[in-house]
Amino acid sequence: MSAPSTSSPPAIVTGRLGYPDSHTFERFLATGGYEGLRKALRLHPEDVAAEVSASNLLGRGGAGFETGRKWSLLPAGKPVRYLVVNGDESEPATFKDHMLIERDPHQLLEGIVIAAYAIGAAQAFLYIRGEFALGLERVEQALEEAYAYGAVGRDIFGSGFSLDIVVHPGAGAYICGEETALLESLEGKRGFPRIKPPYFPAAIGLYGEPTIVNNVETMSNLPWIVTHGGAAFAALGQGRSTGTRIFALSGHVRRPGNYEVEMAKTTFRELIEAEHLGGGVREGRAVKAFVPGGVSSPWFFPEQLDMPLDQDEVGKAGAMLGSGAITVMDDTTCVVRASWRIVKFFWRESCGQCTPCREGSGWLEKVMHRIETGGGREEDLDLLLDVADNISPGLSWPPAQTTICVLGPSIPPSVCSALSRYRDEFLTHVKEGRCPFPEEAR
Amino acid sequence: MARFSPENLAHARLLLSLYPEPRSALLPLCHLAQAQDGWLTPEAMEQVAELVGVTPAEVLGTASFYDMLHTSPVGTYLIGVCTNLACLLAGGEELLRHAERSLGVAPGATTEDGMFTLEEVECVAACDRAPCAAVNWRYFGPLGPDAFDELVGQLRAGALAAEVPAHGVLSRVRRRRGLATTTEEVAAERRAADEERAARASAKAAEAQGSGDGGSRS
Ligand SMILES: Cc1cc2nc3c(=O)[nH]c(=O)nc-3n(C[C@H](O)[C@H](O)[C@H](O)COP(=O)(O)O)c2cc1C
Ligand code: SF4
Ligand code: FES
Repeated sequence: MSAPSTSSPPAIVTGRLGYPDSHTFERFLATGGYEGLRKALRLHPEDVAAEVSASNLLGRGGAGFETGRKWSLLPAGKPVRYLVVNGDESEPATFKDHMLIERDPHQLLEGIVIAAYAIGAAQAFLYIRGEFALGLERVEQALEEAYAYGAVGRDIFGSGFSLDIVVHPGAGAYICGEETALLESLEGKRGFPRIKPPYFPAAIGLYGEPTIVNNVETMSNLPWIVTHGGAAFAALGQGRSTGTRIFALSGHVRRPGNYEVEMAKTTFRELIEAEHLGGGVREGRAVKAFVPGGVSSPWFFPEQLDMPLDQDEVGKAGAMLGSGAITVMDDTTCVVRASWRIVKFFWRESCGQCTPCREGSGWLEKVMHRIETGGGREEDLDLLLDVADNISPGLSWPPAQTTICVLGPSIPPSVCSALSRYRDEFLTHVKEGRCPFPEEAR
Repeated sequence: MARFSPENLAHARLLLSLYPEPRSALLPLCHLAQAQDGWLTPEAMEQVAELVGVTPAEVLGTASFYDMLHTSPVGTYLIGVCTNLACLLAGGEELLRHAERSLGVAPGATTEDGMFTLEEVECVAACDRAPCAAVNWRYFGPLGPDAFDELVGQLRAGALAAEVPAHGVLSRVRRRRGLATTTEEVAAERRAADEERAARASAKAAEAQGSGDGGSRS
């Protein structure tokens, strides 16, 4: 158990959000806006990339891959390459990119130009979840201001570097967050994930050209990293989990919201319970379970509350920090109902290309629904595990994959977590022929 | 009116000019058509197909993959109640059931007056306001039954016209400028930058080689 941190770390990506007008161009400029970009443009592109590598910034989209290392996978000798920024944020209970897009769009654009300069992108596309209407308005407005100011467009700040950015709206499909599906969508097609290999679009991406796909929060960190240096970022956190990170905290806490905390130095308990953070669960209640990093992850239980928010520690414990979404369920929660809802989500969002994902999610949803609504049988518990095992053989962590993308293996973890920990609750549903939780408190 | 208005057609051409390949403009053009007509009409899909250079069937096939694009008419206000995990824990299902009773329609259906279409939606990334609902993609929450009815009342009375534009208007802020540089210009710029970078790398390697050799000799 690591001691709770006492010193407050710098607010790297949320620094401006205390201002009610944080999204405006005026506030941005008054608070150091575009200084990181100016500095970057005075450096060679490879030196900017070196700072990012030194920071060890892990991608904030879910997979947690080192950003600098991803950039280094671009093949040499192909001058046309693209930067695609993933703002499709649809992992349930994840709402940090939504905030960054709406509340600090210029910081995001500044990060995008820095990244495009470092990797030499010919054009950048900012793919924003279609449902983010206000976000789209704010970003489009900010982009116009950035063009007029000379931070985007031809010969940026007189550096000889030119870049066009295009804001692209999605149209409602969770799977388009998966990077190869996102590229298909950006090409005007259905969002079907591409068959791997190649494992990264770095070699063959948008229009078949080398492409880097990075998340909105990842990009939003770059202005600070360039301004303060990669070492200053790496000095925060521990091991591979450097810097700070935004955690989207939701569910049964008094103060749901996005909190930027130092990685590895903060524990789940601190995030959930500290008065200035989650504020704890309601009076007289206790934590029953929590989702540690998006609904694709296995769940954690009270005994893991003191684990630090460290990507590798959480991975070793059989779960993931994933998209940075933490959802707390207190002791009034019916875990059958909660895990059924997660499976229902995956069933609705499966793109349908792979049989285990398409059929498996439907089966799990059906069986979970009948257990929750009182029509379940005792054999259903083994049936659930059997179906889950067909989707992701072995039910191990990290999960085995028989499908084109990792949505498939993301389906079973919640159900398996709930079932292995609270088998008795499943059985009570079956025996009583109804959900034992009172309707208003489920 | 299902073909693009002259103004929207001009905007469609601007959008097309932003992408290396025209088909990339397919979704943005579908959004544009939906903003004009409230839904994606067959005539609009035909025109989108002409503009991006695919068949109308391909536009329909693509559009039908995406939840936000409606190939049949919907109400002036699309109310999406979220029942995903964070909202579920805060009473999202109860809110949806209340909305059904209050509006008198099941999810997927439209009220008789054509004002509201109710939908059950997946997480809309507003979980700190759970349980929440989106009205034409503007978010409201936390919403209890009374707050929901008040919201519907305000929408009916037109009191929220400024915050919530009618029909499928996704964004009221439109891009006004095309690309600042041509593909050829950028390609030339990048080629030159790559060459300089390669020259710096080989100079550095030669230097390292030199000092490395020196080191091994001494
Ligand atoms: C089903 C699925 C959904 C995903 N959704 C998102 C998303 O909404 N936003 C995102 O940034 N990454 C998402 N990802 C991860 C992306 O594929 C990709 O790893 C990420 O955008 C890379 O950016 P990063 O390295 O900066 O994290 C998703 C992955 C999968 C498999
Ligand atoms: S795993 Fe599921 S979502 Fe992913 S490609 Fe296969 S069917 Fe589609
Ligand atoms: S779960 Fe309802 S908005 Fe996220």
